[in-house]
Amino acid sequence: MISVIQKKNRKFKEINYYQNHDVSNYFLLPFRFQKINSKTEILVNEVGDFLLVPVGTAEQIILKKLDKIKDEDLYLDLISNFFISEEVIPPLLNILEARYRTKKSFLDHFTALHIFVISLRCEHTCHYCQVSRVTENKDEFDMSLYHIDEGIKIMMHSPNPHITMEFQGGEALLAFNNIKYAVLKAKEEALLYEKHMTFVICTNLAPLTDDMLPFIKEHNIMISSSLDGPAFIHNQNRHRPQRNSYEVTIEGLNKCRAILGEDNISALLTTTNLSLDYPTEIVEEYVKQGFSNIFLRPISPYGFATYNEKKNKYQTEKFLTFYKSAFEKIIDYNKKGYYIREDYATVILKKILTSFPVGYVDLQSPAGMINNVIVFNYDGKIYASDEARMLAEMNDFTFQLGILGQSTYNEIFYGKKAMEIAENWTNESLAGCSECAFQSYCGADPVLNHATQGNMYGYRPTNVFCQKNMEIIRYLFDLMEDKSIEKIFRSWITGHSE
Amino acid sequence: MILKTKGSPYDINTPIIGRVTRIPENIEYEIFISETIFSKTWYKFKAVLSTVKIISSLEIPIIHSIEKLDHLDEGDIVIINTDGIINTIYRKNSDHNFLLFTERCNSNCLMCSQPPKDRDDTDYFFSQYSQAIPLIPKDCPEIGITGGEPTLLGNRFLKLIKQLKEELPETELHCLTNGRSFAWENVAQKVGEIDHKRLMLAVPLYADVYHIHDYIVQAKDAFNQTIQGIYNLAKYGQRIEIRIVLHKQTIPRLAKLAKFIYKNLPFVEHIAFMGLEHEGYTSFNIDKLWIDPVEYQQELTEAVSYLSDFGMNVSIYNAQLCTLPENLWKYSRKSISDWKNIYFDECNKCDLLDQCGGMFASGIKKHSDFIKAIYFS
Repeated sequence: MISVIQKKNRKFKEINYYQNHDVSNYFLLPFRFQKINSKTEILVNEVGDFLLVPVGTAEQIILKKLDKIKDEDLYLDLISNFFISEEVIPPLLNILEARYRTKKSFLDHFTALHIFVISLRCEHTCHYCQVSRVTENKDEFDMSLYHIDEGIKIMMHSPNPHITMEFQGGEALLAFNNIKYAVLKAKEEALLYEKHMTFVICTNLAPLTDDMLPFIKEHNIMISSSLDGPAFIHNQNRHRPQRNSYEVTIEGLNKCRAILGEDNISALLTTTNLSLDYPTEIVEEYVKQGFSNIFLRPISPYGFATYNEKKNKYQTEKFLTFYKSAFEKIIDYNKKGYYIREDYATVILKKILTSFPVGYVDLQSPAGMINNVIVFNYDGKIYASDEARMLAEMNDFTFQLGILGQSTYNEIFYGKKAMEIAENWTNESLAGCSECAFQSYCGADPVLNHATQGNMYGYRPTNVFCQKNMEIIRYLFDLMEDKSIEKIFRSWITGHSE
Repeated sequence: MILKTKGSPYDINTPIIGRVTRIPENIEYEIFISETIFSKTWYKFKAVLSTVKIISSLEIPIIHSIEKLDHLDEGDIVIINTDGIINTIYRKNSDHNFLLFTERCNSNCLMCSQPPKDRDDTDYFFSQYSQAIPLIPKDCPEIGITGGEPTLLGNRFLKLIKQLKEELPETELHCLTNGRSFAWENVAQKVGEIDHKRLMLAVPLYADVYHIHDYIVQAKDAFNQTIQGIYNLAKYGQRIEIRIVLHKQTIPRLAKLAKFIYKNLPFVEHIAFMGLEHEGYTSFNIDKLWIDPVEYQQELTEAVSYLSDFGMNVSIYNAQLCTLPENLWKYSRKSISDWKNIYFDECNKCDLLDQCGGMFASGIKKHSDFIKAIYFS
């Protein structure tokens, strides 16, 4: 196939000579398509490369009505981007294969994130929280040292060389002594099993005291905190007897920044019904506090989790309106030279604009649960994801995989329950997803399907996960028609702007 | 800059390679440059060069009656050929040394600055370099490998790379190759096995679709082989640079090529966009190639900023700053080898002269109509 022998003569030939003329017709490679607005449709190939084309183009391509000469630009774009081929087996098929493997390589190492619900106790009484308890009863609501040990054993079994151990609550810092125990123990074991450890504490920062910081700093523990917006929203959302949640959060944030460094503290936004009316104010608050990122998370449907389709749809619509208003404000800031990225969009944009793997537990296929994350609850029960344990708090144990100290690694990760979930965690094989143009940018969420629709498989036309992601992805493409916004998006992906 | 000179040979039966010296005591060097008629010290050297006419019956290889030898400095490496031609292989005081491995090529690019020759010179060059490489100073910072297509030396290519690694472990090697030979996975694998961290393979890629690339390099299947070759090199851990020459055939799909590179070859270490050089075939094909650089700045800006936004390492070579928009200046490098780099009279008035890469000497023949001094008032 390769000729590197001497050339017969060196007379220059015209470009036509180098074109493949045997082709009376081209062959289709796998791709999906979708209208994204009244004028434009999108074509997306198997590795997530896309082309934006006028509505009707997909039909022309599929009916083989494309003319190599007349539609030259489009024809060449389709060849170059692996949508069509002039040969039955494309000559660069193995490049496409390598790209596909790369995209899915977030699966290569298996479970990284191990969540330890170190205590269910909390001193807040947030109205949207279904889980936490205000109590002094440590015996009942803190994770026992035995369960911590057993959790670490399972964690060290993971084939992944990079392990994240995340402490959640309730309010994790109320069990700080147990966190200290767990960190030291995990570090000891990590040496033995050659694991590279990252530690995260999720906290509202209220119980943070100065004597905790040296330990947190010494062990490079990241602090993941919460900021719901300006004081009137944050304090309303996060109820404390003193009504000062905002003030203690900001104080804690600043203390952490000063002592642990800017990069070791982040804040998450929980969207509530109240937040939905204040998108601009929330973004402004994040900028005011000096953040360079904000995560516009959807309202967790577990609070209102019902099978009420109409209500779910309405809630999602309200969230999307909120999301877009906040997003516009964020774009505004970037245009004015203040770098701030929206994290959910950044995950999707990485999938759209780069060829790198993006393993984000809430938006991947196969899903993040089990593959990338596992949850050890305070009582020793093991769940497939954080949402799965929320369900369990509502007495639905569908996604419980085992019990610490009783179940073996294989029973947890490869058992009957895991197999059942696995049937439904790959969007390539779900009706409504398998043919969707946005498939490679999206994911699967069996827990959400189960919670909102009564089964893990789900029904896409009324599915809130689908409704939300379809619109956000479509919206991002819509925005990218403005080249200056596309440039901002690139800076979100790389984390630096010119 | 002169890299070649000629005199009358005497008693040269086989090419002689060595470092030149004018100091008779410098006997660790191989070739003596003498301006006198004869001295006994001549016997300490493998050969003697002289501008003087020498009628000799000595048993020592001599090239005499050479018109000029001023261009040779102490320690420069030359090859003395049986026909009296003296080629400079290595210049000690230059940072732009390159080893031309062969003049054969399996492509025939429209804008080739050094048109290939079809005679088989591979034995000659292999022998020349395997002797010259040990003589190169160990502190040499960088050497280019060029052709023709260097990989056409086959196993001898691998041997020379290996020898360069052993003799000059600290020297950066920059090898220009069309990458097609690496479509054979075993060739890429063998380069990988040499495991030379300082080897960079610079591969040209001219379009995101096969027929335009194939047309520019005048070889069917070249595009697929080159892409395959780059993938194989990456698989075996090799460092890769992509080179794109800017001309009428590459400009229309330049932004799409940039996208193709980021999507399919994001592992490459460097991407160089290069202005056209008016040497070799270029003049013959000028109608198919010429576009004033000023006219392609929009396409170039789009391609460069796209790649740079994504964190790719991008350079622009062979461009004059006055032809580039200001936001591209930071990508521009002084890339033209010292011996063919010139500036115009107009340039002497320019405040950016020190930072500008200037022009190929051949640019005299054809250059942008917009060369103009830039003033910072």
